[in-house]
Amino acid sequence: MAKLESKVPSGPLAEKWRKHKTEIKLVNPANKRKYEVIVVGAGLAGSSCAATLAELGYKVKNFVFHDSPRRAHSIAAQGGINAAKNYQNDGDSVHRLYYDTLKGGDYRAREANVHRLAEVSVNIIDQCAAQGVPFAREYGGLLANRSFGGAQVSRTFYARGQTGQQLLLGAYSALSRKVGDGGVQLHTNSEMLDLVLVDGQAKGIIVRDLITGAVTRHSADAVVLATGGYGNVFNLSTYARQSNATAIWRAYKRGACLANPCYTQIHPTCIPVSGDYQSKLTLMSESLRNDGRIWVPKRKEDRLKKPADIAEADRDYYLERIYPSFGNLCPRDVASRAAKRMCDEGRGVGESGLGVYLDFSDAINRLGEPAVRERYGNLFDIYHEITAESAYQTPMRIFPAVHYTMGGLWVDYNLMSNIPGLFVLGEANFSDHGANRLGASALMQGLADGYFVIPYTIGDYLAGQKPGSRPATDRPEFKQAEDNVTGMTKRFLENKGSQPVSHFHKRLGKIMWEHCGMARTKEGLEAALQKIPALKEEFNATVRVPGSADTLNQSLEQAGRVADFIELGELLCRDALTREESCGGHFREEHQWPDGECKRDDEKFGHVAAWEYQGEGKAPLRNTEPLNYEFTKMSVRSYK
Amino acid sequence: MVAETPSKKLFSVTLRIWRQAGPSAPGRFVDYPAKDVNPDMSFLELLDVVNDGITLKGDEPVAFAHDCREGICGTCSCTINGKPHGPGKGIATCQLYMRSFQDGDTIVVEPFRAKAFPIQKDLVTDRAAFDKIQQAGGFISVRTGAAPDANSIPVPKEDADLAMDAATCIGCGACVAACKNASAMLFVAAKVSHLGLMPQGQPERDKRVLAMVQTMDEAGFGNCTNQYECSAVCPKLISHDFIARMNRDYVAAIFKSRFKPASNAAAGGAG
Repeated sequence: MAKLESKVPSGPLAEKWRKHKTEIKLVNPANKRKYEVIVVGAGLAGSSCAATLAELGYKVKNFVFHDSPRRAHSIAAQGGINAAKNYQNDGDSVHRLYYDTLKGGDYRAREANVHRLAEVSVNIIDQCAAQGVPFAREYGGLLANRSFGGAQVSRTFYARGQTGQQLLLGAYSALSRKVGDGGVQLHTNSEMLDLVLVDGQAKGIIVRDLITGAVTRHSADAVVLATGGYGNVFNLSTYARQSNATAIWRAYKRGACLANPCYTQIHPTCIPVSGDYQSKLTLMSESLRNDGRIWVPKRKEDRLKKPADIAEADRDYYLERIYPSFGNLCPRDVASRAAKRMCDEGRGVGESGLGVYLDFSDAINRLGEPAVRERYGNLFDIYHEITAESAYQTPMRIFPAVHYTMGGLWVDYNLMSNIPGLFVLGEANFSDHGANRLGASALMQGLADGYFVIPYTIGDYLAGQKPGSRPATDRPEFKQAEDNVTGMTKRFLENKGSQPVSHFHKRLGKIMWEHCGMARTKEGLEAALQKIPALKEEFNATVRVPGSADTLNQSLEQAGRVADFIELGELLCRDALTREESCGGHFREEHQWPDGECKRDDEKFGHVAAWEYQGEGKAPLRNTEPLNYEFTKMSVRSYK
Repeated sequence: MVAETPSKKLFSVTLRIWRQAGPSAPGRFVDYPAKDVNPDMSFLELLDVVNDGITLKGDEPVAFAHDCREGICGTCSCTINGKPHGPGKGIATCQLYMRSFQDGDTIVVEPFRAKAFPIQKDLVTDRAAFDKIQQAGGFISVRTGAAPDANSIPVPKEDADLAMDAATCIGCGACVAACKNASAMLFVAAKVSHLGLMPQGQPERDKRVLAMVQTMDEAGFGNCTNQYECSAVCPKLISHDFIARMNRDYVAAIFKSRFKPASNAAAGGAG
C-alpha cells in the first residue's frame, strides 16, 4: 500500500505557499553544482524546469525524444494562458482564478495546489513578457486580454492563435541559453524507456537513442518527468502523433501511483473525422467560442440542408438556450456533452451526423470581416486547409475530440510522487485540474510547475541527499532496467507477426472511444475490460515490427508506446468503472441529474484514486487520498 | 469516432520516395503505388497507409519526420515534387491534402537537402544546427523570478505585431532546403528580428546578431543572394524583409564593436 501524504502545509489558504517556501530546506549555493537532476521532456514544464534549475546552479541533463526541444506538443496550444493580473479592472483576483479553476475541475483537485497555481500565474506573465514573448497588445502598448470558457472575467493572455508556440519558444530560449553556457546537457532524439530505483529512490533512467539505437544508463540525484499526457490512448486526438505515455507508464510499473486516469478531457471544438485513414484530429481553439455561436437545426430533417438554407427560426442555439448565463462559453465538458446529446437526437450535421455548427456570421456582421480575420485568421486558414471550406462564408462544422488528460502520476504538494526523488510536472501529473481543466489553464500549470514550484520544492528533497552520493551506473539496478528495455526490444523484433502496430492502436482507440469516451456505463466499461486484455494478447502474438534495434526504427518506437497505451487503457477503464459518480470529464450515464448534468457523490468519491501496480497479471491496488475541502464548499456546478 | 466514408471520388497515385538506409549509405528512389486515395486524406496519412502496406510485405517502412500534424511543431520536412513542403502556399508537409493531386500523378518525395542538414535515414534529416544557432544567442537573458511587472514594459502594438510575424517561425528548415545556397538567413533573421523589435531585446541586440550569424556560418549554411525562395516556401510566410533588417542590425553591430572608445577615454570624466 503506497503512502500518499499530500504534504499540504497548514495555515490559511492564501498563506500556505508563502509559508511553505520559508520553511522548506534550502541547498547551499556552493553545493548546488554537486547535484545532478535529470529532466525528461522539454515542453512548457520540462524546458522551464530545466532552464530554471540550471540557473540556480544545479547540473541538469535534459532528455527529449524530439529532434529539438522546440517541437514538444505545448507548441500547438492555441488559445491562451490565464493569469490573475486584473489588468482589465473587471474584478479578477487570485481568489477568483482559484475559485474558477477549482469549480471548473468539479471539486476534484486539491485546494492548496490550485491556490498556489493562481498565485504564481501573475509571475508567469511577467517572466514571459521579459523573455520577449510577443503577447497581443493594445494600441497603448499594454497587454491585451480575452475571456475564455468557464470564466466571467477577461484574464487570458494570448499571442494570436499561437500562444503555446510563443510560450514554448520563450521557455526554449531560456533553455537554449543554459545549453549554450553549459548549465544544461541536452540529449535530443533520446527516449526514456525505464526508471531506475536505488534503495527505493528514483536515481536514474534508461534511454534509447532513437537515431543510433544505443541504449544508455544515466544516474542523477533526482528525476523529473515532464512528459505530457496520455490522450493518444484514444488513438485519434488533438495530441501530436508521437505524444505518448511511456515515461509515466514505466514509472508506474516501478511503483509510482497513477492518479485519476479516468479524468480525460474531450474538447468541444475540433474538426470532425473524415475517414478511417485519419491520424489526427485538429483543434479549433476555444477562443472561437467568444465570437462564434454554436447551433444545430431544430428539426432532424434539416440536418443535411445547406446551413444558409436553414432559417434563423429553425436553428437551435442550444448552449445559449440551456446555459443562458455562460452560453457558448460554458466549460469544455459541458459543451462537449451537449454536442453529443444533439447528435444522439439525430440533429448532428455533416455527412456522418457527428458535427455541430460554429457560426461566425453574427460576429462578421457586428465587427466586420477584417476584425474577425485579425482575431482568428490563422484558425480559419487551418480549417480551410483541412476541409476546403471557408468559415467566413459558411459555418464551421465541429465535433468533440480527446484533447487533454487531467489524470497523471500522483504527486504531493512538492510535486514529488510516492517514489522519493521522482518529481512530475505539467500534464504528466494529476494535481491541479481536478476532473476537468478550464481553457487556458494548461499553459499556466506547465509553466507554474517549471518556473515557480519545482525550483523551490526540489531543494527540500536534495538537501536531504548527500552531495556527490548519486549511484554509479554499473549497479545491478541499472543493469536490470537496461535488460528490461533490451529484452522488450528483442521480443518485438523477433515476433513473426502479421499486423502493423497502427492496426492495434486504431482498435484500442475504437474500444476506448466507444466505451470510455464522452459517456460511460458500467456495461460498456466491463465490455472494454474484456476487450482490452484480449487485444493485448493479440498484439503480443501478432504485431509485426520490421527493421533492427541499432538504427532509426519508427515501428519499434511505436510498438513500445502502443504496448503501454494498451495497458494504460485498461487501467483507465478500471478507474472509470470504479468511480461510481459523474464529475467533470468523467461522465457515467448512471449518475446524472434529470437535466443530464454530472451528479457527483462527494461522500463516496470526494477523493483521489491513485492506482498502484502490483505486477504483471495482477489487479492494481486502488489507494485513495481524501480531498479535504477546508476553505471552499463543494457545491453543484451550475453554468445556467 | 470514425465516420462513414464520405462519398468522395477515390484515385490512384505513385509515390516515388527517396530511400537511404543510413547517413553514409547510398540512396535511391523507389516507386510505391497507392490506390484508393481519398482527396480528404492528408499527404502524411497516405504515407502512413503506404507504410503499413510495406510492413505487411515484410519490408522496412519509410522513415519520415512528423509529429503535431497541424503545421506548428516544424518536424515534418519533405521536399515534394521539388518544393519543400510541396505544392500549396503557407503550409507545412503535414497540412498538404491529397486533393492537391490528381489521378495518375507520380509524386516525388525527398528529404530536405542541405549540407548542414545531413540525412539520417530515408526522409529524416538532422537539423540540430538550428538549435546551435539559438543556443548562441537566440534569447533574452532573464533569470526566472527577476522579471518586472509585465505592463511596466509597454510595447507599441505595431512593433509587437511585427515581432509576432517573425516569431511565428516553426524552425522546419524549408527556407534552407529551398535556397540554392542552402542559406539559413530567413530562419536566423526571424529570430533576430523578433527579439530585436522588442524593448526587452535591446541590451543584447548587437551581441545576439553577431553570435547567431557567426554560428550560422560555422554550421555550413550558405549565404543569401536575394532569390527569396525561402519566403516562398515558408509555412508561415515569413517575409524576406526580415533578412534586410538582420543585415542592418549586423552591420550596425560590427561597426559598434569595431569603434569602441579606448579604455582610458571610457574612464575619462569619472571622479
